[in-house]
Amino acid sequence: MPCRSCEVTDLKTQERFTPLARFPLHVSRDVVQARQSVARELRDRGVSNIRVTRFSTAVSEIARNVIVHGGGGEFSVYLDPAAGYLMTVSSDKGRGIADIPQALTDGFTTAGGLGRGLGGAKRLADVFEIISSADGGTTIKMGIKL
Amino acid sequence: MSGIASIHLVENALLVSIQDDVNDTEILELQDSLSRRIAQDNVAGVIIDISALEIVDTFVGRVIAQLAGISKLLDAKTYVVGMRPAVAMTLVELGMYLPEAQTALSLSHALSQLRSD
Repeated sequence: MPCRSCEVTDLKTQERFTPLARFPLHVSRDVVQARQSVARELRDRGVSNIRVTRFSTAVSEIARNVIVHGGGGEFSVYLDPAAGYLMTVSSDKGRGIADIPQALTDGFTTAGGLGRGLGGAKRLADVFEIISSADGGTTIKMGIKL
Repeated sequence: MSGIASIHLVENALLVSIQDDVNDTEILELQDSLSRRIAQDNVAGVIIDISALEIVDTFVGRVIAQLAGISKLLDAKTYVVGMRPAVAMTLVELGMYLPEAQTALSLSHALSQLRSD
């Protein structure tokens, strides 16, 4: 698998992106707000309907994970004009993901869900990277080509 | 509670339209109240209109699948109507097939299928 994530491992790199929006993720209403905001930004930039649906579905999965598994956190939307991507970053201060490849496997679940959310989100996004540790929580960066 | 429209009794079916800003709490409440109404109103079917939904993710998909399973046990059929093509494509990619739910392209299709049963 190409490791795009290895190129940008430090979240400080966000600073070169143009921030569009930032949301807290604490209650289920926040998930709706985050994915609707992403859908709006994509539609405004002429992204096709199917690609908007796919990416906002991925956002919904990831944002819910922040609440259910991470105990809440935050979500930001950025533009990476140089690369031509819209990026989202979600982060929590939860326990982290012990085994990332296992967590990405369809059917693996720790919270009684279907276990399709994380792997599904990865398939639906053009860029997907996870940074997770037991003491630093989990940060997931996703991107869609504009 | 903007996400959930009220439940309507139409012929021998319960009809509900889910709005796009529905959140997880509201959809669980809907599952609960629909399950109670199926038994109470002794209906033949439940019709869930999701034409307003821009996305159906694994959580909403699971709740709909469970609701279809519940209504089957209560001797009612569940119809999911108005699914957008982009939503269907994304659901398949997520590996969600909603096996217990019947799908119909529109409300009138679902009603005519229920009538013919």
